[in-house]
Amino acid sequence: MNSIFSGTRLRDMIRSIRACKTAAEERGVVRKECADIRASINENDPHDRHRNLAKLMFIHMLGYPTHFGQMECLKLIASPGFPEKRIGYLGLMLLLDERQEVLMLVTNSLKQDLNHTNQYVVGLALCALGNICSAEMARDLAPEVERLIQFRDPNIRKKAALCSTRIVRKVPDLAENFVNAASSLLKEKHHGVLITGVQLCYELCTISEEALEYFRKKCTEGLIKTLRDITNSAYQPEYDVAGITDPFLHIRLLKLLRVLGHGDADASDLMTDILAQVATKTESNKNAGNAVLYECVETIMAIEDTSSLRVLAINILGRFLSNRDNNIRYVALNMLMKAIAFDDQAVQRHRVTILECVKDPDASIRKRALELVSLLVNENNVKQLTKELIDYLEISDEDFKEDLSAKICSIVEKFSPEKIWYIDQMLKVLSEAGKFVKDDVWHALIVVISNASELHGYTVRALYKAVLTYSEQETLVRVAIWCIGEYGDLLVNNVGMLGIEDPITVTESDAVDVVEDAITRHNSDMTTKAMALVALLKLSSRFPSISERIKDIIVKQKGSLLLEMQQRAIEFNSIVDRHKNIRSSLVERMPVLDEATFNVRRAGSLPASVSTMAKPSVSIPNGVAAAPLVDLLDLGSDDILAAPSSSGADFLQDLLGVDLGSSEVQSGATPGPKAGADLLMDILSIGTPSPSPAQNNTSSVDLLSTAGINNNPSTALDTLSSPAPPHIATTASAGGMFDLLDGLSPSPSKEATNGPAYPPIVAYESSTLKIEFTFSKPSGNLQETNVQATFINLSPNTFTDFIFQAAVPKFLQLHLDPASSNTLPASGNITQNLKVTNSQHGKKSLVMRMRIGYKVNGKDVLEEGQINNFPRGL
Amino acid sequence: RKLFFSSLLRIGSFISFFWSFVLRCAPSLNYEIMIHFVLLVSRQGKVRLTKWYSPYTQKERSKVIRELSGVILNRGPKLCNFVEWRGYKVVYKRYASLYFCMCIDQEDNELEVLEIIHHYVEILDRYFGSVCELDLIFNFHKAYYILDELLIAGELQESSKKTVARIISAQDQMVEAAKEEAGSISNIIAQATK
Repeated sequence: MNSIFSGTRLRDMIRSIRACKTAAEERGVVRKECADIRASINENDPHDRHRNLAKLMFIHMLGYPTHFGQMECLKLIASPGFPEKRIGYLGLMLLLDERQEVLMLVTNSLKQDLNHTNQYVVGLALCALGNICSAEMARDLAPEVERLIQFRDPNIRKKAALCSTRIVRKVPDLAENFVNAASSLLKEKHHGVLITGVQLCYELCTISEEALEYFRKKCTEGLIKTLRDITNSAYQPEYDVAGITDPFLHIRLLKLLRVLGHGDADASDLMTDILAQVATKTESNKNAGNAVLYECVETIMAIEDTSSLRVLAINILGRFLSNRDNNIRYVALNMLMKAIAFDDQAVQRHRVTILECVKDPDASIRKRALELVSLLVNENNVKQLTKELIDYLEISDEDFKEDLSAKICSIVEKFSPEKIWYIDQMLKVLSEAGKFVKDDVWHALIVVISNASELHGYTVRALYKAVLTYSEQETLVRVAIWCIGEYGDLLVNNVGMLGIEDPITVTESDAVDVVEDAITRHNSDMTTKAMALVALLKLSSRFPSISERIKDIIVKQKGSLLLEMQQRAIEFNSIVDRHKNIRSSLVERMPVLDEATFNVRRAGSLPASVSTMAKPSVSIPNGVAAAPLVDLLDLGSDDILAAPSSSGADFLQDLLGVDLGSSEVQSGATPGPKAGADLLMDILSIGTPSPSPAQNNTSSVDLLSTAGINNNPSTALDTLSSPAPPHIATTASAGGMFDLLDGLSPSPSKEATNGPAYPPIVAYESSTLKIEFTFSKPSGNLQETNVQATFINLSPNTFTDFIFQAAVPKFLQLHLDPASSNTLPASGNITQNLKVTNSQHGKKSLVMRMRIGYKVNGKDVLEEGQINNFPRGL
Repeated sequence: RKLFFSSLLRIGSFISFFWSFVLRCAPSLNYEIMIHFVLLVSRQGKVRLTKWYSPYTQKERSKVIRELSGVILNRGPKLCNFVEWRGYKVVYKRYASLYFCMCIDQEDNELEVLEIIHHYVEILDRYFGSVCELDLIFNFHKAYYILDELLIAGELQESSKKTVARIISAQDQMVEAAKEEAGSISNIIAQATK
């Protein structure tokens, strides 16, 4: 049986490798064999070449390096005998891939073998070419392959056809050369040739629009006839698989019909009958039949609207879904995802079954079902589906919880009908799977909580209850700590009770217990501890009666091994100790976080930086940002004269390092003093208006005098607001400082920075749509421009799903607010605000590209344009 | 990704890269290939055959094999034959002690690939006469030859088991003939290099 390898040595090697008991032993044997092979290669003895290569292939399969054998393949391929060529080509395909330079050396041998008189040699060459050819080789050898498609022997024709599919994939420009040859293959009777010919046509159709048109015109009817013939053909033992004649050919024909029918109503019409026949007549009790049905359903869904067929297809999927075979259920779920696009209702009918699949023991099915469920969710069923999923979250496998919780979160965020429901569901998820929840999810939750002012009390109480039970869920603890820090007073006083709540009695020290617990737990991570520390600082002002106890906890953190914690503990301690008079204003509630900005940031299109107004980032920045304030105040009160400018720069860096990325520094290159103050106020999270102006005034006087006497703080402010050389007048920044601490008094420098008015422009005008831009500059920031875009519908039709998108070059930053509506009535208008920040203000003017999408009578319309006519100096 | 889009559309966007629109749904240039690779592993995790139709470096190959055999060998017996892996699907089927795996795209027909695997096994079975793992170990090159008559460029080449068997035996005979003609291997080579 074994011809050229009958020399015992290949078998011996395999035996001795198999006999190895340990990996080390195996490595030893392989090393020795490799050494022998290398030696033999060096002797260049043609005797052993084939055997060496066979051994190398085995060694390669075990995962050892065998590159030194590559040249042997080429030598074997170049030798004239069939046995050598056969093993040589096998080695070539196994040991090399298309990215190796060596491969180019084989082009010539391939060319010769493609013209060989022996058809099996030609077959070997075609097979190798089809499996590993590179683009260069494809170009060089395409004419040979094209010729071989017409070869007399079907074995060569089918190989040449598949080889061509590889060639056109590698070099799509060659596609047109193959169109004629491919269409001739479709008339074949030999199944192998027909299968490969159909495959080649499919490939050409996906690559070239012209080929697609050509096949659609010339071949659709012929293909339908072929499909009908094999569907109706009598039993053919050679091609029969479980009662279906050649399911492989069936599937390929259906696949080709799919591309031909897609987007062409006439072609779709032609194939309706045969598709209906396949869909109804195919036996569905064996895998082969189901494979054909599956392909048929896919084709029905892809071709142009034939509603009766689609009903048939959906029914087949319904049958699949209730099948006991897991494979069939899996493909049903897969396919229903596509079916949603045109018949949501039909898929909704299977909701219960699909939900059952989410709980399947098979991970593949669970994953598919979960994807499908998330597509099924809409405003009407979100509550019910979420409940089911959350119930399952409690009992699901640990390794599935991550996927499941992520999906639930995204569903809840997307469809939540009201905030209280959103908060409730998120709390449930955090309680069950808090450790799997990604950061952005709980950040988003905090943003929502912060915005729901009427629910603050309810939320903090619910979180308090939850955290007592599920204290091991890190993210739940974080959210709870943040809320207790912010709204601790609402917790103990039962403020804002909702009707649905049971009153609970929480003392101040109970609340502090929770935070203390989090900060002392050894497995809390740095973020949690930092958040807990900030919460403590806040509580020390909210709960004056137990501020001594809180101070003790803070003091304990002075010994923390984490440098950050240590430093903050010292700073916070000094706030509690020495700055009682301003403490309450320092640790006021966070201003309401800006939801829109957060969502945009989260969408990830702008890494790590935000425009000035986007400051209120979530949780940590707030916490840590409070710290530099201490530096600032210390500098103001204690070290007025001693503060060297370098230390000023340091704390500023500290300030900047907290939550302004470096790109932020660049983009905010020269904001005016007012903006600087805004920035600081944001960072310090002091709300306006300040509640105790009297006390504040004293310290602001301090600071002001500092600014007057010593320039350090103002230099510092300059550095803060821009890395560019300072150019803000001392008085202006003194005004800024005043703002910072007083928070109310109008800055005298405000008016000075008001820019000139800019004329409105018509940004875009087409026959149906006109866009006008009006501009305004926020006072104090030259870089920023507020643009109000007005979209005017010039046509008599209503535009629905109106979307305006804009893109700007890198030196600009763009922030779009939501449009006033997404429906643009005939000759009506809608407005949308844009904010553009020009980091190259004064050097470059604004420029913008935009894309507008909307629907008119259900048809999508897309308009694009570039806006270059912005007024200068924006 | 859907969620990502919808939030973008509602809120507008920050765009930090030059002139590029957020909606970039251009089809990837990566061409469609049906079977990316074929992998045969034993229940002990030993590789018995690998065939790569998409380019993978040696390093990637070992990684793929390690990862996949871990996933597949650990799956329970009654589960479905598909595993989602790195954005692809791996269709696998166990025959005695061997797992036959084929990696395909998300869009491809998994059920058909199961049939292709079965088709291959039947041809092997016919060729070796009730094939077992040992046949494939000691005659691994034959298994490759048969696979090459079944698949080219990751696409199915022949749906008739009979035709494959005929072509393989024709080629085996040519090898035999060459051997007989020369009398011994050394003579073939000696002649060839004359």
